[in-house]
Amino acid sequence: MEPVVDAASIVVVGSGLAGYSLARELRRLDAAVPLTILSRDEGSFYSKPMLSNALASAKTAAQIASASPQQMAIQLNARIVVGVEVDGIDTAGRILHAGGEAIRYSKLVLALGADPITVPLEGDAAHEVMQINDLAAYAHFRDAINGKKTVALLGAGLIGCEFANDLIAAGYEVHVIDPAAWPLGRLLPEDAARELQSALAAGGVRWHLGTTASAVSRVASRLRVDLGDGSALVTDVVLSAIGLRPRTQLAQRSGLKTNRGIVTDRCLQTSATDVYALGDCAEVDGRTLPYVLPIMQAARALAKTLAGTPTPVVYPAMPVVVKTPLMPVVICPPSTLSGSWRVQREAGGIEARFEDETGNLLGYALVGSAVSRKQALTKLVPPVLA
Amino acid sequence: MKTWQCVVCGFIYDEAKGMPEDGIRAGTRWEDIPADWSCPDCGVAKADFEMIETSGAAA
Repeated sequence: MEPVVDAASIVVVGSGLAGYSLARELRRLDAAVPLTILSRDEGSFYSKPMLSNALASAKTAAQIASASPQQMAIQLNARIVVGVEVDGIDTAGRILHAGGEAIRYSKLVLALGADPITVPLEGDAAHEVMQINDLAAYAHFRDAINGKKTVALLGAGLIGCEFANDLIAAGYEVHVIDPAAWPLGRLLPEDAARELQSALAAGGVRWHLGTTASAVSRVASRLRVDLGDGSALVTDVVLSAIGLRPRTQLAQRSGLKTNRGIVTDRCLQTSATDVYALGDCAEVDGRTLPYVLPIMQAARALAKTLAGTPTPVVYPAMPVVVKTPLMPVVICPPSTLSGSWRVQREAGGIEARFEDETGNLLGYALVGSAVSRKQALTKLVPPVLA
Repeated sequence: MKTWQCVVCGFIYDEAKGMPEDGIRAGTRWEDIPADWSCPDCGVAKADFEMIETSGAAA
């Protein structure tokens, strides 16, 4: 039998934006309740959205980390355990098994995050394809491109476009490969996307759209990427930014209900009593929303629930800012597909409104000069979860 | 004039530029921004810990 190390405490698994934001919100409501945070990495607090726009300003991983786990432990009056993997949860006994310890919990919060999606690739260098999903991976990537010239990006989604802009600004040659016909294919109507595409192309990005990478092979000191359309390109580093998949493995093997993410109700409770899920790993009322604003909304609601006042999460309209300084983009994704885009071009930008048949605004995309209307338009968009 | 950065999402507030579209005129100092103001990108409150002073020129 493992030693039981704690009196029952609120235990948070994960030290990303979700875990630490929840802890901060909770401490504003309850300064005393015992709180334990388990981290599988080294537990620094950092801004994850900054990882895809920190190269141009030459930020090191150490500069992005704004607080050490020791500082966070003091600030949050919490016990923070770093470098620990959770093996399983005994939901009936309210015990967490982690690194040979049994940790008793009164309430458990899973803030596990998400894993980058990978695509199968042929070639002897397929394993050299990099991903950036945390601070350590950012540091690793920064080392890998040091003194190099070219980076090929797999994926022209939000993170792919941000990295493309950042790498161009940092002086690299950049290729972007994506099966969609235009960048941000799932979020933007064509005209708006073309504006972003040409601005990045003018900055130097070479687009390979409507095709996928099929193989990555080593050619002397460089890498060759073969594309599905029969062409090939030579690069120094390949970075994959295809998307995220909620981490559900721990929940699954602990008997919690999972679907795309860990299934929760509006109060963020999973299928087990006193076990909650938050952030990129959670599927809240049928939605997985891997963005900062939903995490902040959910963290606030969950902090109240944990402090004793059950509080369903409310999602207002939540615009997503795409950090592409060459052509800034703000998208407020409609929560329904029934509607159509109305695109209006203006000097230096595009305003695209997604409207229902009676002209009600359901979502929008703003490009270039139009991004200044973010606040005004967001007020008109109905809440995602009222 | 100083710039302030949201440590959660990276949003930068530049005192010199202000945020005219949000009703904050150019030149508004950080301490003069209302306490109930929140980060326009991630919703984090001003009253929280989330902003840090950045050094050097405005980004």
